[in-house]
Amino acid sequence: MSASLTGPAPGHDAKAAPAARPVARSLLVMPSVLVLLAWMIVPLAMTLWFSVRQYNLLDPSIHGFAGIDNYTYLVTDPDFWASLENTLILLVAVLVITVCLGTLLAVLFNQPFPGRNVARVLAISPFFVMPTVAALIWKNLLMHPIYGVLGVVAHAFGVPPVDWFAHYPLFSVIAIVSWEWLPFALLILLTAVQSLDTDQLEAARMDGAGSIAQFFFITLPHLSRAISVVIMIETIFLLSVFAEIFVTTAGGPGNATTNLAFLIYSRALLQFDVGGASAGGMVAILLANIVAFFLVRTVARRLET
Amino acid sequence: MATLTLRNIKKAYGAAEVIKGIDLDIEDREFVVFVGPSGCGKSTLLRMIAGLEPITSGDLSIDGKRVNEVGPADRGLAMVFQSYALYPHMTVAQNMGFALRLAKVPKAERDAKVAEAARILQLGPYLERRPKDLSGGQRQRVAIGRAIVRAPKVFLFDEPLSNLDAALRGQTRIEIAKLHEELAVTMIYVTHDQIEAMTLADKIVVLQAGRIEQVGSPLELYHHPANIFVAGFIGSPRMNMLPVAVDGVSAAGVSVRLPSGVALTIPCSGAGLSAGSALTLGIRPEALRPDENGPIAGTVKLVERLGGLTLLHVETEGIEDMIVQLEGLSLVDLHQQVRFSADGAALHLFDQAGQALPALARHSLVA
Repeated sequence: MSASLTGPAPGHDAKAAPAARPVARSLLVMPSVLVLLAWMIVPLAMTLWFSVRQYNLLDPSIHGFAGIDNYTYLVTDPDFWASLENTLILLVAVLVITVCLGTLLAVLFNQPFPGRNVARVLAISPFFVMPTVAALIWKNLLMHPIYGVLGVVAHAFGVPPVDWFAHYPLFSVIAIVSWEWLPFALLILLTAVQSLDTDQLEAARMDGAGSIAQFFFITLPHLSRAISVVIMIETIFLLSVFAEIFVTTAGGPGNATTNLAFLIYSRALLQFDVGGASAGGMVAILLANIVAFFLVRTVARRLET
Repeated sequence: MATLTLRNIKKAYGAAEVIKGIDLDIEDREFVVFVGPSGCGKSTLLRMIAGLEPITSGDLSIDGKRVNEVGPADRGLAMVFQSYALYPHMTVAQNMGFALRLAKVPKAERDAKVAEAARILQLGPYLERRPKDLSGGQRQRVAIGRAIVRAPKVFLFDEPLSNLDAALRGQTRIEIAKLHEELAVTMIYVTHDQIEAMTLADKIVVLQAGRIEQVGSPLELYHHPANIFVAGFIGSPRMNMLPVAVDGVSAAGVSVRLPSGVALTIPCSGAGLSAGSALTLGIRPEALRPDENGPIAGTVKLVERLGGLTLLHVETEGIEDMIVQLEGLSLVDLHQQVRFSADGAALHLFDQAGQALPALARHSLVA
């Protein structure tokens, strides 16, 4: 009895603890694991289920098993291929713009100049504007042919104003999304530039590297990790851009700015075809996983070295 | 072939002057060491020579040509940084060949030069490795190799050994000395380690607070320090300083009275001294010998036995902690009363401004 009061005997403790602890540990972890699993599995299973059902909100009387019909309709729909193309163009264009400009700005904002801290805050602030608001500002205050700043400037020079969303719809969406994500790239890359050892730059100067050679041989390789992190995170978010499109063009004109996320929305809540929308959702999951697979693998390999 | 001339070189950051007028001549193939305490400006001076810091005023000439406005790459110098500053994404060979690549040297020639540098530094097996896969000593050698490949007129070293452990530091020190002999180039070396300074240098430049305190060969600085600062900085353990009063000046030197009342005669020129004026007597710990009839008496407060050497910390009149360095194992006990004598030629006198009184005879090893 006295032993159990002061603590288990040493031999007993050593044998029993490893066996007992994992069970207790997994029991304690179980609730959160179950919640997270349900959180993921239930919507996934329901989407998969709906995608093989005939399910139209306008006419509940039509129901039943659809087989692969939803998928067949989807892949034979020209809108679907257009939306895939738009999704990828948007993704690649925004990535190129934000990473290239972000790298240049990061190097620029690392140079000492008067008012640097204020300039940094201003450059980063667009990231804190919510997407719907950002899109509305661009649509009504900047790009509107009559009220917009760009239109006024065009007028001042005697040039007919451009109706951006009518004539260059996808370009306009790319501009808005790039404006939102450039600060993010800048923020990550600026911290990376700041961590560059100045001795290395000085050694390069001694070796005869000018500013351009220093940038390409020293700074850019140093930034490669940060750039891959930016690409990975942005890709995840850019595959599902929705608010900017919904607020500005509603996917139009025609299907010019319809990406996969907007296509699924319009199938489900404009055409009330839940089955078809679910099939689109499955394609989105597939696409995201393909991208994630390659991306995570390459990024992980880069982070190792 | 490279001689450097510094004339009234100054460096100021705004109103704060950190280098206050340096005049220095560096001969061809000389090994010059800048030493001084932290913040004395020795690294800044080296970076000004390298061209990494602009020179506020004064003239820096290499081979007689003023280079103040010449960029760091065009001065014909190479620098080894304290942090090595290797390019982490390049292999050892790419690191060493980077300067040649920028200079558009053909690949075959570049490879030959890198291979030659790798041979000198025994880096052959590591040429395809990245810096992160190397040990500290190997990285150090790559940094030196990067300098060698450019075949510079002058090598600059900025505390290159301070990131190495003690054993490797000793070994690399010897390698740098060998390299200096083999390459026969001018080298400027910054350190705060006086063993590196004493062993490597042809000429030591002692700096303090942006000024040169003394320039000379290592033994000159040791035997004939120009002032109290140099006397205290060169030599380990530090020189013991005792306040003394002048008794009289004769042809044999200056007679002084220790705080204990004992008189000593030091062979220094005492021109202009009057009896009773206060001086500082400097005695190196290794100049003191136990002597039953010696003039300096004290009580042993601490004994440090290092095997080959014994350090005694002695309390005597005028100085609480006088260090005595004895050869071999001394059997002196704690709290024992001991007496010491010292060879007059190894004693130094400093006036109240801290300047050394010139010795009557120069040390035989110092011309």
